[in-house]
Order: sequence, then structure tokens, then C-alpha cells
Amino acid sequence: MIIGSIRDGIVIDHIPAGRGMELYSYLKLGRLDCEVALIKNAESGKRGKKDIIKIGAPIDINLDILGYIDTGITVNIIRDGQRAEKIHPALPETIVHLIKCKNPRCITSCEQELPHVFRLTDREHGVYRCMYCDTKAEK
Amino acid sequence: MKTRGLIDIAEMTTEELDAMMDVALDIVENPAKYAESCKGKKLATLFYEPSTRTRMSFESAMLDLGGSVIGFSDAQSSSVSKGESVADTARTVECFVDVIAMRHPKEGAPLVAQMNVGIPVINAGDGGHNHPTQTLTDLFTIKRELGHLDNLVIGCCGDLKFGRTVHSLVTAMSRYPGVRFVFISPEELRIPEHVRSEVLDAHNIPYVETTSLEDVMPELDILYMTRVQRERFFNEADYLRLRDSYILTPDKLVTAKKEMRILHPLPRVNEISVAVDEDPRAAYFRQVRNGKFIRMALFLKLLGIEVK
Ligand SMILES: [Zn+2]
Repeated sequence: MIIGSIRDGIVIDHIPAGRGMELYSYLKLGRLDCEVALIKNAESGKRGKKDIIKIGAPIDINLDILGYIDTGITVNIIRDGQRAEKIHPALPETIVHLIKCKNPRCITSCEQELPHVFRLTDREHGVYRCMYCDTKAEK
Repeated sequence: MKTRGLIDIAEMTTEELDAMMDVALDIVENPAKYAESCKGKKLATLFYEPSTRTRMSFESAMLDLGGSVIGFSDAQSSSVSKGESVADTARTVECFVDVIAMRHPKEGAPLVAQMNVGIPVINAGDGGHNHPTQTLTDLFTIKRELGHLDNLVIGCCGDLKFGRTVHSLVTAMSRYPGVRFVFISPEELRIPEHVRSEVLDAHNIPYVETTSLEDVMPELDILYMTRVQRERFFNEADYLRLRDSYILTPDKLVTAKKEMRILHPLPRVNEISVAVDEDPRAAYFRQVRNGKFIRMALFLKLLGIEVK
């Protein structure tokens, strides 16, 4: 399969295989007017299989979301057909509005306007907990 | 996260805890010195679910400091029943008072209140989540009864799975050196995995789990009793079979240390036989009294009042 190369845009590489679609919706890429390609199950030397997303415009990417999904993801910023920058997203300290607290006893379950905020409580194991009720986020 | 009030006991450093307990001890010894220390200050008790003893403890603590109290004791009698958000209620009440104590059935509600006001908010129990002033009460009681919080064998007995007071006590005590835990419960109500891995194992705190209270009684310095509730069991037969093994009676205390102390967050149903009340080791009613003193010390700390 051949995907056209990008002049100015972003390649999100080394997405764990099978999670590209999830990332696509988290990043709301469906709303973009530019070219977007989601490649599933691409061969990857080091990790077996991977997903890749190519975006044909230099948009702002929420790196926190990428770091939360997998810190092995790389973001390549392409300018004039060349890789201008390579970014390794880190685990974010807080995640706002991305994951919802599933605890029915949590205050967020009855007050819909509260922001859903998760905090990194264990960097080593990548554990996030709801700011309000300390419920662990399910990956 | 550090807040202006007290939402989670983990916000407090050991130094802050110790300093507060010193103030509480001074209040016990010199109550007159503190009788006017909160004069002109007002507490709001916002209780979205009834908890009479906790509310009365907060209110009498403020009254004994010379302050005054307003509030509501269940959601039905307040604007909350009209669907007002916690944030709006807190902002409104902030206009009237200097400190808020909030009890709410939903976890995290007091934090939401604190995030919306500039005055201190005290979590007076948010569902099954946190109840930091109960933990303060427990620590202060152990300190008063035994003189220290380190190098103790603490037995926790009953419903250790759902009993939040036990989880908080374990978390809070894990900061003191030489503490060891003995968990006594039916198999169905063992201490949860997350408390074992994230608190006990993470801090290398020794503990044992057992189903027999009698076996471990001689080693305990503290016996923290909790209720085994009928609704935690799938069937009545299991409940009835297990219930009696976790009821404290004078004959089970025969092998206990003379200096051992029995604590209970109250209310008690039948897990401690009334005959135990006369035993000098029964500290649970003194614990209630201590709850008022430590809440007095907490008000002084949060309001920045120093009594010379
Ligand atoms: Zn939550």
C-alpha cells in the first residue's frame, strides 16, 4: 500500500496496533478538511505491528492524549517534505475531559458540568486517578 | 494536592498532624484559654445526608471555641432539593461564614466546594471515600491513650473491604515508623488489594491477615473494631455464621494486653458487647470526646488562629 508523502503536516508513528482509530477520534481528526490517513497494522521492526496516522496540515496536536495512550508514540513534524522535528510525548500530569470517571458514586456522575480531571498518581505504572473520587482510570 | 481546607488526610504532613495534636492536647488541659478564640467566627455545616454525631461534633467544637454555627442537616431542607450545584451552594454560603464542613453522599463533592470558594472547606465524609476528621480522631485517640503513634501493632477487625475508616487509618498510620498491622476479617471482607499494594507494600509495612480474632488478641496494642453489615453478604446463613466471630465480648479480651485499647468509629450495633464498655481498655466513648477536641484544633489551624 502506498500513501502519498506529506509536504507540510504531521506523522504520528508507532501507535500501538489497533489503537489508531481511538486516537483518531480523541484528536477529533474527523473534523479536519485536510488529508488524513489512518494506517492499521503496518509492519514495525521493533514492535511487531503498529498504526500510523498521517495528517496533511500543520495542526496543533494534543500531546497529552498521545502520552496517555502510549509513551512509545512518536510525532514527526514535516515541513517542506522533510522531517523538521521529532517529539516523544511524555505522560501528562493531568488529563482533562479525555476520560470519564465511571464511578457511579462520583460527584461527576450527578453534576454534568464538572470537568472530568484525572491525575497521574504513579508515573512508574502510568496510573491515573479521578481528581474527585480517586477511582483508577481504565486503559 | 494541597487545599485551603481539609479534603483528604494525605494533604497533611506528619509535622502538621503532630502540631495539631499538640494543640488539641492543650485544649484538653486548658479549655478556658480557648473559650473565646473563635469569637465572631462562623461555621456552616452543610450536611447533604444526615450524620448527627459528626455534625454535632463539628458544631460543639466551634461553639466551645466561642464561635457560632449555621447550616442544614439533610438535603431535603435546603435549596439543594431544588437542584442547585455544590459549587453554587458553596459560593452562596461563603458569603456568610468563615469555614464550611460538608458531608455529601457523592465522592469528591467537598473538593468541588473547595475549588469554588476562598474559605476553608472540611470534608465531613464524602460517600465511601474520605472522612479525614474521623482519621484525625482515631490518631489523636491512639496518641492520648498510649502516648505515641509509632511502634504499635494495630489490629483491624470486621468489614475491612468496605470500611473506609480502616483504609484511611491504615494510610495515615503508615507514615509512623515501626507500625505493624493485623487484619482480622472473614474471607469475604478482606482488606482490598489496592490498600495492600499501594499503601502497605509500597511502604514496606508488615501485616498479617487472619480470620481469628482470638489467635491474634495477645499481640495487639490497638484493636480497631468495625461493623460487619448484613447487606455485605450474599446470604443470611453466611452472615449469621460469621457475625459472631467478630463480636467482641469480655471473654475474648482475657488474653489481651492490659494496655491494649479498643477503638470503634461508632455507631456500634452489636459488634462490641455492652459488657465490654466497663473495661478500661474500651476507648470508643473517649474517642468521641477526642473527636471534638481535634476538630477544635483543626478549626484553629485552618482559620490561622494562634492561642498563646
Ligand atoms: Zn470520579
